[in-house]
Amino acid sequence: MSMKLEHVSYTYMPGTPYEKEALKDISLEIKKGEFVAVIGHTGSGKSTLVQNLNGLLHPTKGNASLDGVDLSGKSNEAKMARGRIGMVFQYPEHQLFAETVYEDIAFGPQNLGLNYEETDARVKDAMKFVGLDFETYAGRSPFSLSGGQMRRVAIAGVVAMNPDYLILDEPSAGLDPGSRDAVFAEVMELYKKRGTAIIMVTHSMEDAAQFAKRMLVVYDGRIIIDGKPGEVFLKEKEQLLKVGMDVPEVYKLADALRDKGLRLPKEITDAKTLLAEIKRRKGLR
Amino acid sequence: MEPVIEVQGLTHVYIDAENTKVTALDNIDLQIMPGEFVAVIGANGSGKSTLARHLNALLLPSEGHVKIKGMDTMEEDNLWDIRQTVGMVFQNPDNQIVAAIVEEDVAFGPENIGVLPEEIRTRVDDALKAVDMTAYRTHAPHLLSGGQKQRIAIAGTLALGSECIVLDEPTAMLDPKGRKEILSTMLRLNKEKKITVVYITHFMVEAMLADRVVVMSEGKIRFQGTPREVFSRVEELERLGLEAPLAAKVAFELRKSGMKLPKEIITNEELAAAFG
Ligand SMILES: Nc1ncnc2c1ncn2[C@@H]1O[C@H](COP(=O)(O)OP(=O)(O)OP(=O)(O)O)[C@@H](O)[C@H]1O
Ligand SMILES: Nc1ncnc2c1ncn2[C@@H]1O[C@H](COP(=O)(O)OP(=O)(O)OP(=O)(O)O)[C@@H](O)[C@H]1O
Ligand SMILES: [Mg+2]
Ligand SMILES: [Mg+2]
Repeated sequence: MSMKLEHVSYTYMPGTPYEKEALKDISLEIKKGEFVAVIGHTGSGKSTLVQNLNGLLHPTKGNASLDGVDLSGKSNEAKMARGRIGMVFQYPEHQLFAETVYEDIAFGPQNLGLNYEETDARVKDAMKFVGLDFETYAGRSPFSLSGGQMRRVAIAGVVAMNPDYLILDEPSAGLDPGSRDAVFAEVMELYKKRGTAIIMVTHSMEDAAQFAKRMLVVYDGRIIIDGKPGEVFLKEKEQLLKVGMDVPEVYKLADALRDKGLRLPKEITDAKTLLAEIKRRKGLR
Repeated sequence: MEPVIEVQGLTHVYIDAENTKVTALDNIDLQIMPGEFVAVIGANGSGKSTLARHLNALLLPSEGHVKIKGMDTMEEDNLWDIRQTVGMVFQNPDNQIVAAIVEEDVAFGPENIGVLPEEIRTRVDDALKAVDMTAYRTHAPHLLSGGQKQRIAIAGTLALGSECIVLDEPTAMLDPKGRKEILSTMLRLNKEKKITVVYITHFMVEAMLADRVVVMSEGKIRFQGTPREVFSRVEELERLGLEAPLAAKVAFELRKSGMKLPKEIITNEELAAAFG
């Protein structure tokens, strides 16, 4: 089971003065159960890439498919395939529309043709999942919530559709550190317990390093790096800086400590390991 | 010296569609002096944007006063001068573009307030130079990168003659390089042109470079001080849904394990120096 892009190019507004080739001959396979981070400079083509992956945009050249089903088709099969891919947009408030939180989350399952009881169960499950108390929030207007709560409603709406693939565009932008941790705890549970594949676009090197198992670096419409975050941040630092990216803070702190002669192993990719290693060197418990 | 911004007992109550009241700011006092660079941090919903909107009279107090160079925002006659003194830059650069060419976009503000054409020319040139965007003078702003758009928005407030610039999460949607560019642009304008800066952010590494950090929670200012004073309070920050920089957190854990470390370590270099 996998999503596939084969030699995909995408051009916005072809034949006009604003013509822009946003994706250039991209081939990519993402399997069910993967956790992929997509990073790259502003305007590099990340959002265009994920919208081609979920069938919202159709390739100008090449093709996008899910388990062999072409996503651009009009057949029932293609529609079903698109329904297995959930997407939480960069601005969740653009995605919310109903009068109450309940109706908003119920919309997707209803559209899948589920009956009242099934829909109700899905809504309750999804709210529990994202940590929104049913009694308190089901009847509230989604627009009277804080940014972090809105994002949770948007995630709940997508989770309620039980997608096999979940695409998140900038899930932590504008969230305070506490809310960011809470949202990621939920995403990790989906990933681990339901085996949902996660594809996350992010400008946060820390998010990519901490959660993803695979990282794609997009530059000017092409994927220039595809590897494990830990390895990429270690080996490709120069290249990352050149294309407007960075390395996570923990790599910088480890380097600063090494500069002062503290002997640390090369592969330190998270704060916990760093702390444990310092303590070991210093004989602390 | 007179403060640029003087907030006295400011309370703001929103009344939403269902007629319920939300107290977004609760009796806030704050003074900002000319040439200061002040970062404002706080959890989602703590009142940061509401406070920002009071600083150029986009919102008016439910109680208390906001004075800009002594001008009370409640007095309508002051509105013109207040808006000229304090410029705002919002989170999303796309929403701030008004013209099809960079120069025209920057000139829009000064034209609107009736600055003479020759004077506009110099102001636009100076402003674009200040944000290092002169080379893009004749470009189409909507085709620029997010960081570049944000710099055009800053140029627009400079061309207005703003002595004080309030930025509400200006880097939230930018890549790491774009974030560094915006922050260093503001630091430079603050140093060279003595522009007063109020900088709202969720990135603690950005707030670390301010002269002063104000910490908000539930409509109140919980504490404030130099970055060193604020960010060494690791546990308190966490309780407010915030986070100290990594070096401060690691130092905190090492002290708990019995290692002797100087107090108030917040940067990687300071922590590393303790191992030197
Ligand atoms: N509707 C459109 N019409 C024309 N050009 C577009 C359109 N949408 C995007 N583009 C252009 O296509 C390129 C890729 O845009 P895309 O939104 O995929 O970038 P991104 O990597 O998601 O950037 P960001 O990090 O800023 O969200 C950019 O140069 C952009 O200006
Ligand atoms: N137009 C409005 N009507 C009703 N309540 C509002 C309105 N705007 C904001 N609020 C409420 O006021 C409080 C403060 O909101 P504000 O936007 O100032 O927070 P913030 O600190 O900027 O948060 P964030 O980090 O999410 O941007 C929140 O509880 C919010 O729900
Ligand atoms: Mg995007
Ligand atoms: Mg805000």
